[in-house]
Amino acid sequence: MPLFSETFQNKAKLISRRMFILSTLKVGVFVGIISRLFYLQISENIKYRSLSDKNRFREWKLVPQRGIIEDFFGEKIADNVQTFQLHMIPEDVPNIEELFFRLSKIIDFNERKRNSLIKRLKKRKRWEPIIVSDNLSWSEFSKLNLFLHEMQGVKPVVALARKYSKDGSSSHIVGYVSDISVKDLENSKLLREINVPGLKTGKNGLEKFLNEPIIGQPGIQRFEVNAYGKRIKELKLVKGITGESFRTTIDKEVQKFTSKLIENKSASVCVMDIYTGDIVSMVSSPTFDPNKFVHGISQEDWQALIKDTKKPLINKSMAGLYPPGSTIKPIVALSALENDVISPKFTVECRGSVDLYDRTYHCWKEKGHGFMNLRNGIKQSCDIYFYEVARRLGVDRLSVTAKQFGLGQKVLGTFLEERSGVVPNTKWKLKNIGKGWYLGETLITGIGQGYFQSTPIQLCLMTAQLANGGYKIKPKIIYNEQDFQTTTEDGGEKFKQLYRNQENVKFVLDAQFGATNEPMGTSYRSRHVKPEYIYAGKTGTSQTRTITAEERELKLKQKDLPYKKRDHALFTAFAPYKNPRYAFSVVIEHGGTGSSAAAPIAKKVIRKVLDRHKLRTKYQSDLFKEV
Amino acid sequence: MEKNYFQRGNQSISDKILAFDFQLLLLILALGIISIFAMYSSERGNFSYYTQSHLYRFSIFFLLFIIISFFKIQFWYKSAYLFYFIVLILLLAVHLFGITASGSKRWLNLFIINLQPSELMKISLIVFLARYYNKIPSQNVSNLKYIFIPFLSFMIPFFLVISQPDLGTALLIAISGLIVIWLTGFRIKYFLYSFLILICLTPVGISFLKPYQKTRILAFFDPERDPLGAGYQIIQSKIAVGSGGIFGKGFLQGSQSYLDYLPEKHTDFIFTLFSEEFGFIGSLILLLIYAFIIYRIAAIGAEVRNNFARLFCFGFAAAFFVYVTVNMAMVLGLLPIVGAPLPIMSYGGSSMLSIMIGLGIVMSCKIHNRDELR
Repeated sequence: MPLFSETFQNKAKLISRRMFILSTLKVGVFVGIISRLFYLQISENIKYRSLSDKNRFREWKLVPQRGIIEDFFGEKIADNVQTFQLHMIPEDVPNIEELFFRLSKIIDFNERKRNSLIKRLKKRKRWEPIIVSDNLSWSEFSKLNLFLHEMQGVKPVVALARKYSKDGSSSHIVGYVSDISVKDLENSKLLREINVPGLKTGKNGLEKFLNEPIIGQPGIQRFEVNAYGKRIKELKLVKGITGESFRTTIDKEVQKFTSKLIENKSASVCVMDIYTGDIVSMVSSPTFDPNKFVHGISQEDWQALIKDTKKPLINKSMAGLYPPGSTIKPIVALSALENDVISPKFTVECRGSVDLYDRTYHCWKEKGHGFMNLRNGIKQSCDIYFYEVARRLGVDRLSVTAKQFGLGQKVLGTFLEERSGVVPNTKWKLKNIGKGWYLGETLITGIGQGYFQSTPIQLCLMTAQLANGGYKIKPKIIYNEQDFQTTTEDGGEKFKQLYRNQENVKFVLDAQFGATNEPMGTSYRSRHVKPEYIYAGKTGTSQTRTITAEERELKLKQKDLPYKKRDHALFTAFAPYKNPRYAFSVVIEHGGTGSSAAAPIAKKVIRKVLDRHKLRTKYQSDLFKEV
Repeated sequence: MEKNYFQRGNQSISDKILAFDFQLLLLILALGIISIFAMYSSERGNFSYYTQSHLYRFSIFFLLFIIISFFKIQFWYKSAYLFYFIVLILLLAVHLFGITASGSKRWLNLFIINLQPSELMKISLIVFLARYYNKIPSQNVSNLKYIFIPFLSFMIPFFLVISQPDLGTALLIAISGLIVIWLTGFRIKYFLYSFLILICLTPVGISFLKPYQKTRILAFFDPERDPLGAGYQIIQSKIAVGSGGIFGKGFLQGSQSYLDYLPEKHTDFIFTLFSEEFGFIGSLILLLIYAFIIYRIAAIGAEVRNNFARLFCFGFAAAFFVYVTVNMAMVLGLLPIVGAPLPIMSYGGSSMLSIMIGLGIVMSCKIHNRDELR
């Protein structure tokens, strides 16, 4: 027995000793765990708390409301309207095939839309709402609401979308918005910052130029989300800021009127206030319906637009380049007078053609004009006279004046698509073509042909700066009140003068009066008789190619030529002749002669603009009274 | 003196009740209550399935614990081998008729409950080894003759469980066995040798690991390797614990668990949930409760008059300690995620049953601490 107890006690001691060693180990491990807890929960608490919050909160941006673009009178040319949309939450739909079948009976939900929706569905989480249709008609929408109880998981939503006037008269100015592309994101830091699903961006025109201020600030909705990204509850809502609205100088009424006039032509009409530089109207034809782009243009519509030979998508007023033709003659005359190359009495005999530098140069009038002085030269647009003037003046001096008056550079600079055109001179040719200047080229440059390239809006600015007495103006399309306050109607001194001797400008203007209002004048047939509408203008017919000797023999009429070979018809004008206020330019692509095609349109536009002049000034002064 | 040793325990029921270790009883009760609240929080404050069944299980097993306490220590001594072999047979049965869930075959369908025999093995192995070593004089413990059976006794279940596959439980079984062997006085140098051999065999062992086990271990060393896959659990668990701070986010306020960022929140990661809601202070209190339980088990073991009970209590105390620390170290990112429940706190019937049986035997040791074995 003692032996047994001895063994027990020995063994118990051994076990307890081993247990003691283990226990010290245990204490060590416990201390380790406590220090780990201390490290995680106290030392690194801030880090882990922020990580936990990052898990927990997620923010969704809300599409901001785009600012509105108005015309001069506050008429909306780019508006936001309610659109009726159908959203779907895929996880709430019990049977998606059945839903699609039902939808196809109620709304326009064809195979193509169905397939694109299925494609989009695959990329989305099941609880994220997806837009099934973003532009339902009212009847579709109301029908949908009627059958809503039979369809689970879909929700009719009223949202805001861009709406442009349907006639498209201002499409080229306003441009349009559409879904953001990868390229848009690459080009715009702002878009990268505020990219919200469903946000539209301006693709061209003012929508593009004004995109940053007009787009607004997106609102923020903060949600608590679970591990699967499902929203549990809304924690915060910051309302977005509506984008800035803009008033333009455009008169929507004139836009519509003009647009109608040149509806089926490939043409452009520009109207500018000669003092303020306000662009009252700038129409390019044919036009397009920008609304089609807002919700994604269909392939057929897109193909129709880009295949149209009249190029409806191009803003011809700014991106169309045309030789100015005879509309340049007032500038040639002014340049010659200013440089004392000729006097108004300088006379040339026109016999219909002249041989110079081993070539024959023709006048548009085959029989010739006979003896011409400067005023008659402009009035009857005698080419032979201006060959001689140009020859004496030289192309370099001419180009200086032309550039001063606005040719060869961008007029607005606000539009990406605007082009600067070409005012040729010897340096330009050497640099761009790499050849020396031929003297013969000076002659055709003198009648606005050859390398000369200008946009309709440049021609309008040129006319405006002549008509206001030879002062530089800053054309604008976005209305800016401050500009208006510093410029008064007779505040000429505030402008930079472009002439050396104002008499020369006056002479040129008077010659244009003659061209429109005196017999033999090129646009005499398109004159206004009523005193308040009397205007002065200069026609131009610019060749799109060299007329061959054979064709001259055949005396081909314009209308007998294929469309693409016909001349461009141009016309520049200012009105009213007494106390002029507006400058006009009309370009009809392949329209024939300026006097027959362009001037009659200008006549109508002039009347319309002058009719609305009182309204315009009154509206402006009323606005000031309100302030 | 001598008379004491041979005194037979013949206490009445009331004597036995008075002999209860009320500290231990209260600590277990406290832990049980805490676990029910934690479960309630894991269900976002709904008294639904997990909370309910956890509550029922705890109530039933607590009763079982008290009933077991009244068994004489002699009973456990006598039935130790039987207990072990029954569990071993159950483990084999798992291999044949087991239920497969999430890729591993761990459970037996016993109609009333799904039993996980590997959990029971944790406790029966300790009972088995305590019985085995009771008669062996300490000088013979390191004899090769006597190491053979103990070695087999934990290696067989170890391989059975590892093939289920359940690496965590298998390791815990092996550790439980090693602890008892250690306590008997097995030579330290042999431990060192086997440890060195084990290290040499590690590369071989790794080749036996399942791919998911490998990625888990890799994820432990660098959770950011695959933050949404293998590293996800550990990253989210650390965020939950760390964001708890000193005082925690408050009961039912743990955003990590409430919003489902925390995986397995009612089983292996229940401590994370608790720690997120009750912070450093709460975790410390929970840790203290565990420490006290372990202390009480060891203290009971120190007071008993026979080596079977002593070996069992010390062995169980150490094993209990290992269960607690392995789970905590795991969720705190100190050990790879191997799947080890936190005693009593974690949801899981078999684990709780095994712990409660162990605690019952310990309590029985306390009540009958003057018993001698025949």
